[in-house]
Amino acid sequence: MPAVLMRGITKHFDPVLANDRVDFTLEQGEIHALLGENGAGKTTLMRILYGLYRPDEGEIQVNDQVVHITSPKEAIHHGIGMVAQHFTLVPTLTVAENIVLGYSSRFRFDPAQAEKQVAEAATRFGIETDPQALVRHLAVGERQRVEILKALFRNARVLIMDEPTSVLVPQEVDVLFETLERLRSAGLSVIFISHKLNEVMAVCDRITVLRLGRVVGSVEKSAITQNELARMMVGHDTERVERPGERSQEEVRLRLEQISALNNQGLPALKQVSLEVRAGEILGIAGVSGNGQSELSRVLSGTLKPTSGRLMVSDQDLTGADPTRILSAGVGRIPEERHDGVLEELSVAENLAMENLGEFTRNGMLDRRRVRQEAQRLIDEYQIKASPTDRMRTLSGGNVQKVILARALARKPRVIVAAQPTRGLDVGATEYVRGKLVEQRNLGAAVLLLSEDLEEILLLSDRIAVIYEGQIVGVLPAQEASLEQLGLMMSGAAEVSRA
Amino acid sequence: MPKFKIERAVAPLWTRPLIPLIAIVVTFIITSTLVVMAKANPLEAYYYFLIDPLTGRVSALEVLVKSTPLLLTGAAVTFAFSAGYWNIGVEGQLYAGAIAAAWLGTILGGLPPVLAIPIMLLGGFIAGMLWALVPALMRVKLAIDEVVTTLLLNTVILFFVSYLLNGPWRDPVSGWPQSPEIAASTMLPKLLPRSRLHLGFLIGLFAIFLLWFILSRTTFGLKMRASGLGRDAASFAGVKVGRTILISALISGGIAGVAGVSEVAGIHFHLIDAISPGYGYTGIIIAMLGALHPLGVGVAALFIGLLTTGSQTVSRALGVPAYLGDVVQATLLLVTLGAFVLQNYRLRRVSTSPPPDIEPRMVPGSDSQSGS
Repeated sequence: MPAVLMRGITKHFDPVLANDRVDFTLEQGEIHALLGENGAGKTTLMRILYGLYRPDEGEIQVNDQVVHITSPKEAIHHGIGMVAQHFTLVPTLTVAENIVLGYSSRFRFDPAQAEKQVAEAATRFGIETDPQALVRHLAVGERQRVEILKALFRNARVLIMDEPTSVLVPQEVDVLFETLERLRSAGLSVIFISHKLNEVMAVCDRITVLRLGRVVGSVEKSAITQNELARMMVGHDTERVERPGERSQEEVRLRLEQISALNNQGLPALKQVSLEVRAGEILGIAGVSGNGQSELSRVLSGTLKPTSGRLMVSDQDLTGADPTRILSAGVGRIPEERHDGVLEELSVAENLAMENLGEFTRNGMLDRRRVRQEAQRLIDEYQIKASPTDRMRTLSGGNVQKVILARALARKPRVIVAAQPTRGLDVGATEYVRGKLVEQRNLGAAVLLLSEDLEEILLLSDRIAVIYEGQIVGVLPAQEASLEQLGLMMSGAAEVSRA
Repeated sequence: MPKFKIERAVAPLWTRPLIPLIAIVVTFIITSTLVVMAKANPLEAYYYFLIDPLTGRVSALEVLVKSTPLLLTGAAVTFAFSAGYWNIGVEGQLYAGAIAAAWLGTILGGLPPVLAIPIMLLGGFIAGMLWALVPALMRVKLAIDEVVTTLLLNTVILFFVSYLLNGPWRDPVSGWPQSPEIAASTMLPKLLPRSRLHLGFLIGLFAIFLLWFILSRTTFGLKMRASGLGRDAASFAGVKVGRTILISALISGGIAGVAGVSEVAGIHFHLIDAISPGYGYTGIIIAMLGALHPLGVGVAALFIGLLTTGSQTVSRALGVPAYLGDVVQATLLLVTLGAFVLQNYRLRRVSTSPPPDIEPRMVPGSDSQSGS
């Protein structure tokens, strides 16, 4: 008898088909991986199981009973618990209070009794935690154990873990795996959402692979190799475009030497990254999101100071430089989140001028006529559907991106850092942005392209570097790269060091 | 039962100037209940509140007198808020300027007014700036919330003034807790005979003009607005946000200091404990009511000046407590702030009801609610 059976699950988020007739079976006492790239539909499927989304079609059975789960409360009632990527604990309460919170129905709260119950549960499941500790004093891995215990305390028999290792340091990952194995031997079932092949191979019994909302296959771990899994995950090789030959004789425009940096949580996000981009080439950085791309683009934009290493643009040392210095060194930047790059309440003209205010200033006065004229020129050149005086927030995503692109390219940059330049854009805008990047490359700019879209990387890059857990695991010429190889490298299963 | 759904939909730009007007009407409707409880006719009360003060020369000029410090504190608050610096310390910075004026006023007696008055104003500006400096530095360098520090420093300077007035500066002649009278040459000249209207009013108008000029005509003003509207995006584009905020905070404190000079050298001629009945805080109401737009702030300052004058008229004519004026102001702030939030939403009737997806981050509003 399977613990959970999901059959024919379909879910639209117009116009995206997030889940397309997905079948999923979870047996009792197994750790079952849900594997796939970003946007493959893993999280959507699990949110349906946990009652956060309603499926458009399909059926869910728990212990052979057809159930209609309309809220997390009902999911918990059916013995399904979820540990989300972002924890839902109250930092100022103790571990015991957090676990009992919302579960105790009595009017009076007895801290001593709660602590006793929580301590008992912790011993029973073999989860190490101090019921009296305040959550805000706990490390991330400990908080995650509290989340797990919280679900178990509510009698969960099925535990959904959404990318549980993405927030953990390696030692904590080991502890997590021990915990999961202990739960399995106690007869519980775990759904492990991940895109990291090595972790999936290390801890899971069965693997279901999703791609573009569909199930590609469901296999026993013992019956498959990492390479086959990688191929299932990323799909088949696409047609390759002809590319200009080697460009090693051109000068190096952008050089990163052993750059390390921390993320917003203060954890290492970039580990000794070294890269070179030459004039007239596009270097693509491939990787699953959250492997240090954001931090890399922020370091190169001047909004994140590296903790060590050196950043050179041509012969200029720009380590730790602010955006002003980066800009005057001739770096054009497209930020990862396009809304971080523009001021929604200012006009299009003001946004277009913002990186270049010195040029529009006479004795401290803003030359508003020239700001408008220059804006009109860029609007015409880049076919932006807006007038200079429009508020930025009235523009569509594609036009916002064109404003950012126009601003970045207006100063004829020698180096371009483009982070996720086409994310969320429609086909027309995507082609326009890609065309502009190629045009800049042909004009001799050094382009660093960070993208989660492998097709885009393969389409545009002259060379491809793969980033995994903050490290460059390999650089290879685009002609030699195959999807399978990139997929393996992106999921930490293979290292290639060449070119 | 028809179901309603609140959805995010930003109101068009042209409706923005209407928001304060709507807020004023709603406020009067709400506060009418208090007027009724005070056993007066609301319509009559609002006549005395808003119209009657404008019908006579004396009271009409008094409206301008009452508006004088409000133009300055309104401008001061707007300066800081536009750059995203929540300066709640305008009240204290006003007192810093007042202290400077009371001191300079007693030592500049030998100078002609053409010299003495500019020195007074400059001294007040610098004093206000200095009082604003420490919290501004703490915010920019150490990320310490300026709302708390500027607010607490207001109390500090009030106690300092109290110390001065009950200690070294106590008037030796009368023995009252007030500083000695400032020299005649340092008093701000009257604009019209037989009125209290003084030069400070023109300085207030100039502050509003300066605010407009800097915000909309200079590059620094654009950097200020960018810092206030989106710190990260501004910094990404190369604006030095910390420096911009620091300078804006200092100018804000300086203008507040000038408001203190204007009250000491234009109205009281002494430093007294109650030199400001909360002009700095009223400046916040004015800045919000004026939607941080210089013209709006100017009009709002005059309007609040009218309300303040009117609350005395209505109290004299109808026996309604003069505190009604304060209640109206406070209600107005709340309603205005509410209106600025609500303009981003609209209420829509939902026909059929497929249960919506529960987004973990969603704000309350997916179920039936009415109001607005």
